[in-house]
Amino acid sequence: MSSNGEVLVRIKEVDKVFRRGSEDINVLTGLNLEVAKGEFLALMGPSGSGKSTLLNLIGGLDRASRGVVEIGGERVDQMSDRDLAGWRARHIGFVFQFYNLLPVLNAERNVELPLLLTHLAKAERHKHVDTALNVVGLAHRTKAYPRTLSGGEQQRVGIARAIVTDPTILLCDEPTGDLDRKSGDEILSLLQALNRDQGKTIIMVTHDPHASHRASRTVYLNKGQLFAEAPE
Amino acid sequence: MSSASNWLSQVFSVTSFGIRTLPERKGSALTTAIGIAGVTVVFVGVMSIAVGLRSTLMSSGRDDVAFVTRRGADSEMTSILTRDDSRIVGDVAGIARNDKGPLLSSELFVIINLPKRSTGSDANVPLRGVEGPASEVRGNVKIVAGRQIEPGRTELIVGAGAAREFSGLEIGRKIRVGKNDWDIVGIFTAEGGVAESEIWTDAAVLQGAYQRGTSYQSVQARLVSADKFDAFKDALTANPQLTVDVVRQKDFFAKQSANVGLIATIGVFIAAMMSLGALFGAVNTMYSAVAARGREIATLRALGFGASPVIISVLVESLFVALLGGVIGAAAAFIAFDGMTTSTMNFQTFSQVAFAFRVTPWLLGLAIGIALLIGFIGGLFPALAAARAPIAISLRET
Ligand SMILES: Nc1ncnc2c1ncn2[C@@H]1O[C@H](COP(=O)(O)OP(=O)(O)O)[C@@H](O)[C@H]1O
Ligand SMILES: [Mg+2]
Repeated sequence: MSSNGEVLVRIKEVDKVFRRGSEDINVLTGLNLEVAKGEFLALMGPSGSGKSTLLNLIGGLDRASRGVVEIGGERVDQMSDRDLAGWRARHIGFVFQFYNLLPVLNAERNVELPLLLTHLAKAERHKHVDTALNVVGLAHRTKAYPRTLSGGEQQRVGIARAIVTDPTILLCDEPTGDLDRKSGDEILSLLQALNRDQGKTIIMVTHDPHASHRASRTVYLNKGQLFAEAPE
Repeated sequence: MSSASNWLSQVFSVTSFGIRTLPERKGSALTTAIGIAGVTVVFVGVMSIAVGLRSTLMSSGRDDVAFVTRRGADSEMTSILTRDDSRIVGDVAGIARNDKGPLLSSELFVIINLPKRSTGSDANVPLRGVEGPASEVRGNVKIVAGRQIEPGRTELIVGAGAAREFSGLEIGRKIRVGKNDWDIVGIFTAEGGVAESEIWTDAAVLQGAYQRGTSYQSVQARLVSADKFDAFKDALTANPQLTVDVVRQKDFFAKQSANVGLIATIGVFIAAMMSLGALFGAVNTMYSAVAARGREIATLRALGFGASPVIISVLVESLFVALLGGVIGAAAAFIAFDGMTTSTMNFQTFSQVAFAFRVTPWLLGLAIGIALLIGFIGGLFPALAAARAPIAISLRET
């Protein structure tokens, strides 16, 4: 699947079944996926097709009903909840559609959050925070609170928070879904730059064909399985 | 990742985020705090009655004063002792003396009716006939205004508690008791003890006015020391000429504290019922707090924050709200009740005993402890629910 070597994400024969009342909803059925280190993968598909569900399995926020989820050689599906939390802190950077910033914290403090889970001292944490805010182009708004920032700026803070620990993978669930075209384009350029210049592996869920063009590869989720081409 | 300092800093961060968003939920938090404050006020209020009454009764008695009544009399009221009895008691060794003689007072009392200041309705007040050494026998009786009574005259001194609770007991006024008008010549205190609820006169005058002949109801004797009590008691009970019970004055009053237990039980019961209501309020508040913080908590957990910091943060918030309520309630109860005075029926004498509500630091601490307990129990299930909520589901609910 990948051209340049090392496989980072390996998903084999994964099922995901949700129970709603007495009814089983088979969202993913025998799904396979490999993502190479350094890829920028766009994940497309109709609403409700299971894109977020798949992203949650990769990010260790939910568990597969069956199959293997292996990230960087580790069996994520077999980890305890406690180990998973620590694993997420080390390896995953999440970017959410609605940013999910803490309103009581300013930009700087929001970005610092994941670093509170590390052993870094305050001075070091500040250095990392400054770097991350610089990368996303918000060095001038470090003290701003989320409610005073535009949607695009809030998402930049969200991305800074996701990259501040230098995680193995960035998982972005419709990162431009709540933004106007122009802000959305800027966010996509930022993600593209992170992928191109820093070699970040990125998996991005999107509705938007325009967004998927920025990725190095696009896969389509339909009826529980992945396809390389958009279905008819 | 799992070091203790790291965990503590997680707890601290998650908790501080919660507390900082509290202003957004102040409506329900305040309602809960006020409910808990209500529990605290009622608990402190009722218990301060029990504490105050108990302290009045307990501070009344001494170890080294012997209290002598007729054997089998279950209270001073049903006891009768003759002048000879009194003389025999006075001859027993072990009684302390001053330059005027032994510290011994043979006493009787009647119950008179006086109007309460608070309600204007009549209530029973003990009028006690005492002998000269009565004040010194008790050791804590002090004239704070006016003067002592003089033997053989229809004069009264009034306990400060009685003066406060009943009208018409000012120095210089007369009150009619039986066929005579009696002059009020002084006011005395007794360190808050039961004697302060009484009115005193000369025993011989009271015997005459109430046709009691030369009989008394009790003899109170100050002993040389508390450890002489047993010998003193044995000497009296072994004497075939006497049929008396001898107890330490302290034990005599302690027995009267029985209805204090009832008041305390009622207080605890009412507070427990109210606590139940406050508890439901707290549970509700914390469930809605957890719901309001759902996305924030899920986000933090997605970033790698653990479950236990979430649990602790919800508990701390709940305890914080409860503490707020507890402190407000305790402060309100202290301002409202401490030192407030009233009187109640003493079932041993069927007359009123005046006392002050006492809001002690211990009582305030206990009340705040109860508030915190409500907060803890109220926060526990919401906290566990918050930690167990699947992250993926909580993140969807936006
Ligand atoms: N926790 C859950 N419980 C029950 N059903 C769920 C749950 N999470 C997702 N689903 C269902 O799974 C399907 C896929 O959801 P999702 O992965 O969010 O789709 P997408 O992100 O592609 O829009 C939907 O039908 C959704 O209703
Ligand atoms: Mg989705």
